[in-house]
Amino acid sequence: MDMTQAIILTIMTAATPLLLAAIGELVVERSGVLNLGVEGMMIMGAVAAFAIAQLTGSAGLGALGGLVAGMLFSLLFGFLTLTLVANQVATGLALTILGLGLSGMIGEAFIGLPGLKLAAIEIPLLSDIPFFGRLLFSQDPIFYTSIIAVIGVNWFLFRSRAGLRLRAIGDSHTSAHALGVKVVRTRYLAVMFGGACAGLAGAHLSIVYTPQWVENMTAGRGWIALALVVFASWRPTRVLAGAYLFGAVSIGQLHAQALGLGIPSQFLSALPYLATIAVLVIISLNRRMTLINTPASLGKSFVPER
Amino acid sequence: MINEQTEAPLLETRGLTKIFGSLRACDEIDLSIAPGEIHALLGENGAGKSTLVKMLFGVLDPSAGGILWKGDPVTIGSPGEARATGIGMVFQHFSLFEALTVAENIALALDGNVPIDRISEEARRLSLEYGLPLDPSAHVADLSVGERQRIEIVRSLLQNPELIILDEPTSVLTPQEADKLFETLAKLKAEGRSVLYISHRLEEVQRICDRATVLRHGKVTGACDPRQETPSSLARMMVGGEVAEISGAGLGEPGETLIEVRNLSAPSRSPFAVALRDIDLSVKAGEIVAIAGVAGNGQSELFDVLSGEEKVGDADAIRIRGKSAGRMGITERRLLGCGFVPEERHGHAAVTEMPLTANLVLSRHTSDSATFLSGGPLGLINTGAVAKAAKRICEAMDVRKSGEDPAAGSLSGGNLQKFIVGRELDRQPVVLVVNQPTWGVDAGAASRIRQALIDLAKSGSAVVVISQDLDEVFEIASRIAVINEGRLSSPEPASTMTRERIGLLMGGFHDGTGQAHAEAVHAH
Repeated sequence: MDMTQAIILTIMTAATPLLLAAIGELVVERSGVLNLGVEGMMIMGAVAAFAIAQLTGSAGLGALGGLVAGMLFSLLFGFLTLTLVANQVATGLALTILGLGLSGMIGEAFIGLPGLKLAAIEIPLLSDIPFFGRLLFSQDPIFYTSIIAVIGVNWFLFRSRAGLRLRAIGDSHTSAHALGVKVVRTRYLAVMFGGACAGLAGAHLSIVYTPQWVENMTAGRGWIALALVVFASWRPTRVLAGAYLFGAVSIGQLHAQALGLGIPSQFLSALPYLATIAVLVIISLNRRMTLINTPASLGKSFVPER
Repeated sequence: MINEQTEAPLLETRGLTKIFGSLRACDEIDLSIAPGEIHALLGENGAGKSTLVKMLFGVLDPSAGGILWKGDPVTIGSPGEARATGIGMVFQHFSLFEALTVAENIALALDGNVPIDRISEEARRLSLEYGLPLDPSAHVADLSVGERQRIEIVRSLLQNPELIILDEPTSVLTPQEADKLFETLAKLKAEGRSVLYISHRLEEVQRICDRATVLRHGKVTGACDPRQETPSSLARMMVGGEVAEISGAGLGEPGETLIEVRNLSAPSRSPFAVALRDIDLSVKAGEIVAIAGVAGNGQSELFDVLSGEEKVGDADAIRIRGKSAGRMGITERRLLGCGFVPEERHGHAAVTEMPLTANLVLSRHTSDSATFLSGGPLGLINTGAVAKAAKRICEAMDVRKSGEDPAAGSLSGGNLQKFIVGRELDRQPVVLVVNQPTWGVDAGAASRIRQALIDLAKSGSAVVVISQDLDEVFEIASRIAVINEGRLSSPEPASTMTRERIGLLMGGFHDGTGQAHAEAVHAH
């Protein structure tokens, strides 16, 4: 493996959890729900994946456990905001704080233990393609899932009737309700999908990226994922580009430090957020773009009249 | 319901009731719609019309009573079930999605999995057949209100309904567009479909409807053939008493010019806003100038520059009582003696969650600081004085409310409108600018508001009324101007203005673009 390949591989590994968490949140936000608990769901996924991998001895089961843990945790958010109609911003923040604390408690027994790593799957023939084969076709299953998720979500949102209904709910839940679209049920499903993606993203951290359990190991990636969704103006393909861009920045920052370049690491860590602010400003300059891409009912609670 | 009819009615309701808390929004409604008739549902705002049709369309569950479809009892649990039964609906506040295309909007209302391309084709065909031209790939956000309504109509037609419900369909249309709609309705009727036509416009109902059911306070107060009635007998059924006659007579000779707009242009603030172009307008003491026009032609933009919500670069473009006011903010203009009533009651003219007294202070905190505030620089709110003023306003305008000082949002639309108009009138403003003063307000409240505006002008103030309601315009205005695509026609005396002329000005006939529009209208 040459140097370029190695660097690209590390970028891909850094980008995968961002991509997964962001694509999940994108679906949630397209349905009009703002779940700020991505960080919390990710860390729950991370600790669950590590613990289950330890207890069962299977990293695959661990990954599945992370996914389920994220989904269950998101159900708590769904119940509070969709059924009890609590404020979405406050509930999302609470979810993050709860997740960080709860995972610390659960994970205490696992600190310092060597973890299991999810094995890579080499795809026959394709993995033999020079240069790209190694990068794209001998990766771990979570990487493949992340790419399939982008393609699948893109198809779902813009090609399928169910995706159209979901976008309609995000644009105006009252109109959607008046047309007979099931607003709350669709949003529950979207929130659960987001939770599953965040949980799997967390699992990637604890059983692929660095196979061990460290408290707070998500280290703000949930927030980057949230920023990415806005950065991508709620478009799946742009989330893909954004995740790899941010992955590259975070890896580049390490290399820049190693090379002794005079750029403060704090500045590089702040880059994704600066980029998001810049994109937000650009989007809001063009009102038509905002209207057509931004889910208009984002963050608003829905109470059907009956 | 001992109704000797040869064929069963298409739709019948028996004792249909809807209760919200302690309010009986619909109280034992009996209604029957025959096949192939245009049936009017008349009533004031809050009479229960919308609640009734929401039950028919499955959006609301009835509290009691039942619905019969072709003689058989049915339960309509959701809009989907309503559509499956054969009921289509065109909403008053459109249930469209701005971010989606026309075809996507239509697809959402259809059950099953017909590919979008097929829907586009079908929509294009139907829209041509019924004279409602539409481009399926356009984004709704870019379309006019009239075009949006066409989407709603085509969308309901695609499901081949036997009954189409239209909720206040002409409230957003030009007279010419409305004529077009009536042709479409006649065509639907000729095909044997029934139409339930909700309106409070009596002329329209008399013109196109075969039968009418009148609602008041949630109860049926009359069923009649509207062609056998007079507008005033219909109005009596709706209002339950005589509507006070408005007297515009007695507006004297206008005095000095109080507000003057010269050569005002303002670029549009967003792709969906309208740019104002070369606006000239001057209003003298003692006169009411009404600005007619179809919604979305620059009315709110014009209001914003007049009120100072949006400042203009050229300070001399707006002169109030001789002072250059173009760069003044709202408060400065208020201090010159102006009063402003924006169109949107909820969230713009009033903070719905706050009580009436707080809403009073919010608009008059500076102009009436001497009365409302005390404690010098501390600016403490003098609650006693504010409460007194609020009480005075409520009495003067007959604002009906529950409790001493309820939240603005708890008042009905008409009562809140009376309050926010009264809030300005209470100061005796020298210049008053009102945008859609009686939009969505019932006849009783509307006549009170109009009379108050006339009284203000009589007392020597200049009044600008921006309104879509032509009846209102003719009732109160001394001079009438029309706004179209951000241009204002020069005001003409109300005595020489005709509806036809206003209709033409609304269609943009004062410039070249109107021609194309006219051809589109007459192409059918």
